[in-house]
Amino acid sequence: MNWKRITSSSLFLPLLALFALLLFNVIFVDGFLSIQMTDDGRLYGRLIDILNRSSSLIILSLGMTFVIATSGIDISVGAVVAISAAVVCTLIGGRGDGVAEHPMALAILAAVAIGVLCGIWNGFLVARLKIQAVVATLILMTAGRGIAQLLTAGQIITVYYKPFSYISGTIPGNVLPTNIFIAAAMVLLVAFIMKKTSIGLFVQAVGINATASKYAGISVSLVLFVVYAFSGFCAGVSGLIESSLIRAADANNAGLNMEMDAILAVALGGTLLSGGKFYIGGSVIGAITIQTLTTTMYALGIASDQLPVIKAIAVVILCLIQSKKCQALVASWKDNRHGGNPGKAVEKA
Amino acid sequence: MQMEQVLLEMRQIDKIFPGVRALSKVDFTLRAGEIHSLMGENGAGKSTLVKVLTGVYPRDGGTIRLNGHEIAPRTPKEAQEYGISTVYQEVNLCANLSVAENIYIGREPKKHGFIDWKTMNERAVALLKRLHITIDVTKTLDHYSVAIQQMIAIARAVDVSARILILDEPTSSLDEQETQRLFAIVRELKAQGMGIIFISHFLEQVYALCDRVTVLRNGELIGSYEVAHLSRLELIAKMIGKNLSAVQEMDQTEEKSQPSADVFLAAKDIGCTGSLVDVDLAIHKSEVVGLAGLLGSGRTETAELLFGIHSITKGEIDINGKKLNISDPMTAMRKKIAFCPEDRKVSGIIGDLSVRDNIILAMQAKDGMLKHIPYARQAEIADEFIRLLQIKVSDREQLVKNLSGGNQQKVIIARWLATQPELLILDEPTRGIDVGTKSEIQKMAVQLAKQRGMAVVFISSEMDEMTRTCTKLVVMKDRRKVAELMDDEVNSENVMKAIAGGEKE
Repeated sequence: MNWKRITSSSLFLPLLALFALLLFNVIFVDGFLSIQMTDDGRLYGRLIDILNRSSSLIILSLGMTFVIATSGIDISVGAVVAISAAVVCTLIGGRGDGVAEHPMALAILAAVAIGVLCGIWNGFLVARLKIQAVVATLILMTAGRGIAQLLTAGQIITVYYKPFSYISGTIPGNVLPTNIFIAAAMVLLVAFIMKKTSIGLFVQAVGINATASKYAGISVSLVLFVVYAFSGFCAGVSGLIESSLIRAADANNAGLNMEMDAILAVALGGTLLSGGKFYIGGSVIGAITIQTLTTTMYALGIASDQLPVIKAIAVVILCLIQSKKCQALVASWKDNRHGGNPGKAVEKA
Repeated sequence: MQMEQVLLEMRQIDKIFPGVRALSKVDFTLRAGEIHSLMGENGAGKSTLVKVLTGVYPRDGGTIRLNGHEIAPRTPKEAQEYGISTVYQEVNLCANLSVAENIYIGREPKKHGFIDWKTMNERAVALLKRLHITIDVTKTLDHYSVAIQQMIAIARAVDVSARILILDEPTSSLDEQETQRLFAIVRELKAQGMGIIFISHFLEQVYALCDRVTVLRNGELIGSYEVAHLSRLELIAKMIGKNLSAVQEMDQTEEKSQPSADVFLAAKDIGCTGSLVDVDLAIHKSEVVGLAGLLGSGRTETAELLFGIHSITKGEIDINGKKLNISDPMTAMRKKIAFCPEDRKVSGIIGDLSVRDNIILAMQAKDGMLKHIPYARQAEIADEFIRLLQIKVSDREQLVKNLSGGNQQKVIIARWLATQPELLILDEPTRGIDVGTKSEIQKMAVQLAKQRGMAVVFISSEMDEMTRTCTKLVVMKDRRKVAELMDDEVNSENVMKAIAGGEKE
């Protein structure tokens, strides 16, 4: 076995962090690994729950990975999730008798399309108008929830139409929640695109050196445009899942702070926020790690208002494990006493 | 005669990078009041040696003694505390801070805990005066030319009580006059008893300025010599490790390419507001055209207009007799124009990508995102060019940022040759690279024109290299074309005359 090759793999550290967390769960949370089947033939257990809950974050972090790889950032995705949720719920409607006002397929399509539209807006600001990514996406981050409020007329729309709950729940006859399949499909889609097109290469090139990319004939603005649009697409899909989970559109809380979780997932996955090389697999693992952390906290009975503190501590530890500087520090700890003492020689000289 | 005092002694220095022995038992001695040149091809270990000295890299063996005391700087800051300062090729100051701030950043004079701006500015003025520079120190750095910025960097280095000043390719972006001014300052510092390490690829400058030279090759010490007792060819022979006759042979030029009658590109009165005024240019197939002139004369600007980095605001460009609106690089690339830009680091290489990725990049960009070149084909293309251009890499997946300057340049050229261009524009292709590679690239330019019928535009600050390769020289000055020299007229004297004569206009 080639240990060195394994440890130097880009996925090694993200996986190590996830396994550490899972191990903690196995030891401290009763029945963490147990998966049971309910009477109507659905699988049930904490692991399934983690995958179910992390699917929307996984999808968001896919889009975020590309954006960050171009050395940009998209902090509007949380708000776009809220817009998408508002669109899908408004179109299906909150009728108490469980009848949809518009076909669900149309509602889904519209919600995703709105997501893409938001992405295109961001792309336009960043690629065409050359506004800094943080500032450009900040516009939609703040305005987005207002737009969602407008769509829902300030109400929380609860959807009673049964099939809507299948998006984040289980379709009768299926064993796993649908959103796990959606997330898996998105990951596969991205993997396919990476394999069959040169978008990955161009994204990296732009992230590493945009000027040189331009001189090599790459249309930098097109690349930027595409990644922001894709991030919007991902946010649109996430919005469906998030609203289906609670069967409602809550303009104030849907996708709240999810942009930060998505950025964190990408960072945990080993992609540098300065752009360049990116790791899709790492981001997916990062997203699962973050959700595992949340689930762990709930399982340990930590109150939801204390959650952020615990999460922050855990994130600091996870980041430290992955930090190159920290690794180097540990590595050089022993021979740190070598070498001269600067200053002394200067005095003598 | 009194023996000069030894300032710095590096003994048996070893430095190992994963898989490479970058330095192996290298000795280096610097005396006070001497200008000592470090010479060697790219990858010979010059910059590694300097980086070991300045604490950028930890060394793996050997001792460093400063004035007889052993030192071991671990960071550039520690090295500075010992009095070892470096001025790099790229000015690493902050363009948006004032000159005074740049000089005193991190050690601002304070009064009651606040920065004492008045004292700081006064001191900056006094310091620069010592180097005979009189400028407004409260203006931001980007007000001044690269040459002045370089001198400010030196002023800063000297002020941090430097006893050893390392100049790493300081002249690569300076013109002749500016270089002379820099030399005057360096000589003055030498007279004050400083030890100066001078790294340059310009042999002429080494001979004009330095007292001694230490030659490295493949991480090993070849020897230290008095510059006065070493001929140029001998020095080159030591650097590249060949005997004298082989070097003499290399020194011979490839016979120039004879242009065909077909015009590939004709630029008629092209101009761009603010950067270029009315340039006429005809480039034939199989022709090597040189764009001569000083830095900022409009050479690069002309090339960038031809490649669509900027759009022309006046005139027209015809390719193969047809008018074409070159609005972006892709338009130019579709018409088989290729452009190796001047600044390799900024607009050439994508540092964190592999050699393979860098080579296929332009080709892939031309094909578009969706027509992905399969990996096997990419590898094939990369290997072919690595062999063809003799690019020194460990393998094709090596990151391009880890290559030496000359090899990076070859990767960029490979990138463009892979697109099978009919016009290849080389902007300063030999800047900052070693003699061996330099002559390779010059020969390659001529061969491409001869064998493949390629039209080549060659831009260089080194007159010698232009007169060797070009059959036509377009002389630029103040963003205008001032002369066009053909065949026998192509010599540096005529270029100088044209530049000087353009004054009257």
